[in-house]
Amino acid sequence: MRLKKKVQEIGVSCLFILFAVMPILAPAIGEAFYVDVFARIMIWSIAAVGLNLVLGYGGMISFGHAAYIGLGGYTIAIFSFHEINNGFIQWPVALLISGLAALLFGALSLRTRGVYFIMITLAFAQMVYFLGVSADKYGSNDGMNIWNRSEFKISGLNFSIDDSLTFYYLIFFILVLIVFLVRRLVNSRFGMAIQGARSNESRLEMLGVPTYIYKLTAFVISGVICGLAGILQANFERFVSPDMMDWPRSGELMFMVIMGGMGTLMGPVLGATAFLVLSEVLSSLTIHWHLIFGPLLIILVLYARGGLGGIIDRGQKDG
Amino acid sequence: MVRPLLRTRELNKSFGGIVATKDLSIEIFDGQICAIIGPNGAGKTTLVNMLSGNLRADSGDIIFEDDNVTGLSPSALCSRGIARSFQITSIFPEFSVLENVCFSVQASLGHSFHFWKDVRADERVINPAKEVLERIGLISRANVLSGNLAHGEKRQLEIAMALATKPKLLLLDEPMAGMGAEESRHLITLLHELRSDFSMLLVEHDMDAVFALADKITVLVYGKSIAEGKPSEIKVNNSVLEAYLGSPGN
Repeated sequence: MRLKKKVQEIGVSCLFILFAVMPILAPAIGEAFYVDVFARIMIWSIAAVGLNLVLGYGGMISFGHAAYIGLGGYTIAIFSFHEINNGFIQWPVALLISGLAALLFGALSLRTRGVYFIMITLAFAQMVYFLGVSADKYGSNDGMNIWNRSEFKISGLNFSIDDSLTFYYLIFFILVLIVFLVRRLVNSRFGMAIQGARSNESRLEMLGVPTYIYKLTAFVISGVICGLAGILQANFERFVSPDMMDWPRSGELMFMVIMGGMGTLMGPVLGATAFLVLSEVLSSLTIHWHLIFGPLLIILVLYARGGLGGIIDRGQKDG
Repeated sequence: MVRPLLRTRELNKSFGGIVATKDLSIEIFDGQICAIIGPNGAGKTTLVNMLSGNLRADSGDIIFEDDNVTGLSPSALCSRGIARSFQITSIFPEFSVLENVCFSVQASLGHSFHFWKDVRADERVINPAKEVLERIGLISRANVLSGNLAHGEKRQLEIAMALATKPKLLLLDEPMAGMGAEESRHLITLLHELRSDFSMLLVEHDMDAVFALADKITVLVYGKSIAEGKPSEIKVNNSVLEAYLGSPGN
């Protein structure tokens, strides 16, 4: 058990070190575009860590988390459209909107169970998607460009993320912070409450823990984390479109979590990395890369229960 | 006059046409072990489910410490001091034995909106949990995954979890179910040790256990109480013998 934890921790450190040195490593091997790939990986990792809180730890299969990414991103874009670029206004409002949406959708969805929960979270997310499609003023289907990234200016302080290296390390810092916070969270009493609800909800209720309120809180925190990922994504791509909150995005996000290992701290980061590196590599080989990618994912689900993290665990047990 | 810790007044419950509980009035006094026996389908578990808040009675009242608690939720009753164990073992199988008990302790400490401190380092949670395990004799198994426990140990854990909520009244729904003779004897000894601190309602098929532990026995048949009294009285009660063994004439 202790050995397993050690191996995981070493693996995690390696991954973080890789993220940290990528801006130096990538140009050195003549593949500078990998810096952008890894910035995207980290942004998706943040979202996946957020989803994992409900999916992995809480056992709530949300098929609509792209909505919160989209709401975070769109808030930035709409502010920018109206020439309000101050990040101190943009970011809190974006987080608040994704949090409120998660509160509303979560409060209603969590009254259902199983397949119904999956369907209703999907339905709410598609509602947000169609809201984006129908917003003519804000680009509807074509989406909208963001001419200026968020600026952080108050008297004296002037922090800009226009520089791609600065932005890269800001994303890195946020990822590390989120992983750290989620780690504290899942080991706290609150974390035990949501994991207990996943394991045996009626028993936990019987013990006197009103599970609904804890699950809802986890859902909101998870939505806010995805909103944060959306903020970063919008700033990074300087572009938002309804596509970023369409259901395939929710599915991909779920896949990253499941692939990496649900209910493990670093599984989602591992999953997001594997997912995006794999699709990057395969798509550079052939335009029919989905033909290889799809079956690969199926094989992974069939033979690697517990995700990539699970494979590492199993290797440990055999060794 | 001493007031009962818990009493029911004319409790009724039926499922469709089947009457599970009929005009049932029972009393449990502080420090008592009150046993409920009866043939299969007599409505014993239904009674426990109503007392623990898992089922709502069709009519009648449940009075706990002078308060009418009829219709309260399981969690509300639990925080008032009514804890139960389940006939079918209900634990958190992916968690260690200690963590299972921690869930109970945590529940008894009030809300769980603590986001920062590691539970495994939280003395307010860990220490009471360890005490309960010590008491119930599972401390050596504290770090074992509870799903991997032997059946008898799971039953013990079930009771430990109920104890950890610091209840005044313990509802035990067939705690001996599926246990071997050795394990049953062990559990009887254990419950005997606990009786000084907790009042209990014991639903049990194992008559050795019932007669060894109970201060008072209520016999249910088709949801109705047909006899109530000390174990020595119940043993020789004719209508009880009839219900269990068929009428003497046969």
